[in-house]
Amino acid sequence: MNQKKQMSQKKQMNQTGFLLMITILLFVAMYVIGCVLFKEQGFAKTQNFLNLFISNAGLIVIGIGMTVVMITGGIDISVGSFVAMGCMMLSWMMERAGIGAVPAVLIVLATGIVFGLVQGFLVAYMDIQPFIVTLAGMFFARGMTAIISKDMISITNKTFMGWAKAKLYLPFGGYANRKGIMIMPYIYPTVVIALLLLAAAFIMLKYTKFGRSLYAVGGNQQSALMLGLNVKRVKLKAYVLDGFLCGVGSVLFCLNTLGGFVEQAKGFEMDAIASSVIGGTLLTGGVGNVVGTLFGVLIKATIEAFITFQGTLSSWWTRITIAALLCFFIVLQSVLAMVKKKK
Amino acid sequence: MKAINIKKITSQRLFLPIFCLALVLLVNIITTPNFFQISVRDGVLYGYMVDIINRASELVILAIGMTLVVSASAGTDISVGAIMAVSAAVCCNILTGGERAATELAAPLIIGLLAALAVGVLIGCFNGFLVAKLNIQPMVATLIMFTAGRGIAQLITDGQITYVRVDKYKLLGSSLPGIPVPTPFIVAMIVVVVTSLVLKKTALGLYIQSVGINKRASRLVGIKSVQIMFLTYAICGLCSGLAGLIASSRIYSADANNIGLNMELDAILAVAIGGNSLGGGKFSIAGSVIGAYTIQALTTTLYAMHVSSDQVPVYKAIVVVIIVALQSPGLAKFRKSLAQKREQNAKLGKGAA
Repeated sequence: MNQKKQMSQKKQMNQTGFLLMITILLFVAMYVIGCVLFKEQGFAKTQNFLNLFISNAGLIVIGIGMTVVMITGGIDISVGSFVAMGCMMLSWMMERAGIGAVPAVLIVLATGIVFGLVQGFLVAYMDIQPFIVTLAGMFFARGMTAIISKDMISITNKTFMGWAKAKLYLPFGGYANRKGIMIMPYIYPTVVIALLLLAAAFIMLKYTKFGRSLYAVGGNQQSALMLGLNVKRVKLKAYVLDGFLCGVGSVLFCLNTLGGFVEQAKGFEMDAIASSVIGGTLLTGGVGNVVGTLFGVLIKATIEAFITFQGTLSSWWTRITIAALLCFFIVLQSVLAMVKKKK
Repeated sequence: MKAINIKKITSQRLFLPIFCLALVLLVNIITTPNFFQISVRDGVLYGYMVDIINRASELVILAIGMTLVVSASAGTDISVGAIMAVSAAVCCNILTGGERAATELAAPLIIGLLAALAVGVLIGCFNGFLVAKLNIQPMVATLIMFTAGRGIAQLITDGQITYVRVDKYKLLGSSLPGIPVPTPFIVAMIVVVVTSLVLKKTALGLYIQSVGINKRASRLVGIKSVQIMFLTYAICGLCSGLAGLIASSRIYSADANNIGLNMELDAILAVAIGGNSLGGGKFSIAGSVIGAYTIQALTTTLYAMHVSSDQVPVYKAIVVVIIVALQSPGLAKFRKSLAQKREQNAKLGKGAA
């Protein structure tokens, strides 16, 4: 029995690996197709590849949080609204209240942690469905954004702008422009932060006790409890971590958009969930990988780049394509699961 | 009947939902004295209460479909709002004959309505196929249509708002001549009655519950679990299509971006507030209907208190958390342990005495 379980676990790992491989292959294939189709417009430039990261640094970080929560079998649909609230808080504090950039950022991070604490408490200790709790969180954050300010606030704070405009040039991948000057590709600090967090999350999920207990709780709550894990605390911690990452994500998002308004980041939660699912995370919990989430985000970014480069397609084609991809991946997952069962 | 003690009343299944609804309405006695006034203008009833009953109609219809889905599959259908947009787009597009605005019907009204409902059922079937046949978690499966739905609606209407400026089309969302009650309310009540009758008079309700409680066991005793699940999604699709028609008729147009926006969230909330477990199994249609009216009552109350529409969600969220926390198993456990402690203390006290 025990051996069988181990075997099936091994197979499960193989299955996740397989799904991850497909996700990566799909991304590579899409990118190559883009390079061929839009060769004249410069799709293949290194900078264009880096832009995928630059415009989605916030989403990557929030996707990590979403993946962590989804691994425990939960979900967080409040992230989009939280990003709007975080951006609005930053803009309001810096522009209207005259608070410096550093304290403002710290306050947003603290708010994220508190938000996560409250949601985690309601989910873990009050036994309320995560969907309902975070749904309320979503309403709350969006409404709060409107209470802070109904008008759009643009950020002009010098320190903050300095962070946003600080280009980090890469030492390779440059090309000469028409005048013969070498132009080096650049990234913003946001990308570095996002990738560092991604690496940290990867290591945490794979090698730390907390990371493994997340999988244990998501895989089977009952067994996790019997193994002596404090299931409630693990869940609470997952939501706190998610809240913190939401805080970071909203700061990164704000560094990109440099402003706050009520309707900001609408549908962001679904982007994050879709990225996680495309990356191979199961909503039932217990299975997931942040690397997959990264590629999920990149696939979404590539589709958006396609539509920008193509020029005539409407923006809602992004949604339809993502939905088709989601459909493909979800069906693939379930077919794989069925094949496994038959064996 | 009259001699029922308080404990028996509070342990009733529908006690909490009704209590919450009453509480929300009672707030108005203090804040908005004319809240309960109902007047007649042009042969139609007017007033805040009528407004609640009228505006909640789509939500009631959605909540019924959602209840069945939640009960049978232990998951939620988050595509209902998107289905509303698609069905509205299909209906308006047929009625205008592909134009973006029309003052005369290009096709008989009934064809447009039936087509819209058919589209709703079709999308519901797609969801049902993914969930029941392919064993995909409901939220993920319906996420596909949630993401694609509005895009498809845009595709149908060319990304523009399609107007049907025909009086006949407006009837569904306003009121029929000679009848003072708004049509949406009548439609919602018909849906409620029909579903309750079907569920009570046939074994369908029982089947849905048993599938929700244990899918495998239900299959082993001879219930076709897959078919039952599939059916609930199809019904949910039908309900969404109908709700989309009403919403579209209210504004006599199809607005792909805004029809049914965030309605899926309200519908799920209605089910939860109605005391139904989102984990599937036992359900109560009455609870969900009361839940739907509670949400609309809350929204209307806030509007009556002059809260701006952007800020309504904050209060909604707080009230929802309180209501759901009151019904949560965590709190129930806590209360139980408190009661046990008290009992123990009492025993100890007795022993000492």
